[in-house]
Amino acid sequence: MGASKIIPLDEAIRQLTTDGMSLALGTALEGMIPFAAGHEIIRQGKKDLTLIGPISDILFDQLIGAGSVARVIAAWVGNVTSGAGYNFRRAVEQGHPRSIEVLDHSNYSLALALAAGAAGTEFAVTRSLFGSDISLNQDIFRELICPFTGERHLAVRALRPDLTILHVQRCDSRGNAHFWGSSGVSLDAAAAADRVLLTTEEIVPTEFIRSDPSRTLIPEFLVSAVALVPWGAHPSSVYGFYGHDDDYYIEYAQATKDRTAAHAWYQEWVFGLPDRAAYLQHLDAARLARLRLTHPALTIPVDFGY
Amino acid sequence: MNASVSEANVVLDYTPQELMVAAAAREIADGELVFVGMRLPLLAFLLAKRSHAPSALGLFENGVIRDTAAPRAFMTMGDPVNLTYALKCTEMKEIMAYLQRGRVNLGFVGGAEIDRFGNLNTSMIGRPGEDGFVRLPGSGGGSDIACLAQRLLIIMAHQKRRFKEKVSYITSPGYGDGGSWRTGAGLIRGGPKAVITTMGILRFDPETREAYLDSIHPGVTADEVKANTGWDLKVSTDVSVTRAPTEAELAVIREYDPQGHWTGWRKR
Repeated sequence: MGASKIIPLDEAIRQLTTDGMSLALGTALEGMIPFAAGHEIIRQGKKDLTLIGPISDILFDQLIGAGSVARVIAAWVGNVTSGAGYNFRRAVEQGHPRSIEVLDHSNYSLALALAAGAAGTEFAVTRSLFGSDISLNQDIFRELICPFTGERHLAVRALRPDLTILHVQRCDSRGNAHFWGSSGVSLDAAAAADRVLLTTEEIVPTEFIRSDPSRTLIPEFLVSAVALVPWGAHPSSVYGFYGHDDDYYIEYAQATKDRTAAHAWYQEWVFGLPDRAAYLQHLDAARLARLRLTHPALTIPVDFGY
Repeated sequence: MNASVSEANVVLDYTPQELMVAAAAREIADGELVFVGMRLPLLAFLLAKRSHAPSALGLFENGVIRDTAAPRAFMTMGDPVNLTYALKCTEMKEIMAYLQRGRVNLGFVGGAEIDRFGNLNTSMIGRPGEDGFVRLPGSGGGSDIACLAQRLLIIMAHQKRRFKEKVSYITSPGYGDGGSWRTGAGLIRGGPKAVITTMGILRFDPETREAYLDSIHPGVTADEVKANTGWDLKVSTDVSVTRAPTEAELAVIREYDPQGHWTGWRKR
């Protein structure tokens, strides 16, 4: 038996994050976003982070508005439900609360950059992005002629995050994680990273993992720490657990439209709450009840016997 | 904006967005593989599935492949209901590889700005430090779809500030500066097939690749469309009137946009 990697979330963030590091988050796109971990990073006052993600949704916006971020490497930064991310806009347009550098990718090029990082090569190739101004950034993209056919390709520089944080449905104490549903770039983001932190809805015995090995997205050797954080992805969805809190995204957009109101939002939802348990209490039980799934759709069991 | 038209003595009430959804749905053929975005494109896919294209398959960039319309309305592709009874849930890389391999018949994108050759900007208006600089969210999968789908459908609000002589940043390439620009740029296929706007439908000249007005929505004139376009928009010699959505189409659209969040039908 491997040693348990379970530690409290605040301890995990203290151990695994440092100022100036690069961090991949929100790698399954609109669902499974590790909001609880992101809020803890803000509370601990981490600085000068580089954020890496495809469609990063409002967790990036929140980290940017808190002044934690120096650089964003992403295909899209905003609010998936309502459009603009106002903290992101203020940072890029006005340098508030600090200026940030943005390295634009497309979803595919970001996925490929992480896939190259995961596979240990220095670049990946694509035929996307020709003619797009995105491809003009020579630090990330260079044209490449196929050595076999002479056809034009675009080389995409590999990305290797210092840390990838994933929220999963369930894992064991060693970090073997079951993940079901669409996973975006999660596996490559984890495999490319130096370290991985899992936040999870449930911790289960390893027998659970072994009962359905096709459902294991992350094997234990990638994982540095595991934190049990039920509802750790709210307001995003966790497949099989809770739905997407669309209203929260709309309320967030309204609450962060101007700078002063945004300040109040942080007090209410991050700095004023010591941990996820307090957050859930503040969110109130009726709201959580509304987000619980109402229409089960169970899989038909499969046989892994011999 | 309201539109009321008389059709076979039945007065229909619908919004321009609902008409756009119905027009977009008609661009999807049965059996096609469709790269589905959110908002109006999602509604168009669902409408096509429920009407003339029941065997179309939808690909979502988060990794979902579906052959049925979701059991109820949803606002993001990451809503659990978009995974319920899907055919496959996988990685983005797999979905994007299908797109790059040329298997995807049709993709949808929107944009903040478009120019006469269908180039789209969703990245930034102006440049950092300039007056009026606005940072937009970015490409998402838009540029990949614009580069790699066999056909591209663009869905946008028709406003002069959005329909510009030249976009300040090409996020998703259309036909560049026209003609065979795409091939020269290194693109292997594709290009915009139509731009479905709040006022009409633009298509592209097969030679010059310049956009022209092909159909006008009921109640709108060609002069109004031209007045809301930032370049001298050419008008087809046999410009038609866009078919209004039917009651059956409106019922499906409203089922999947119950609050009118995207189509505004409750406020019409």
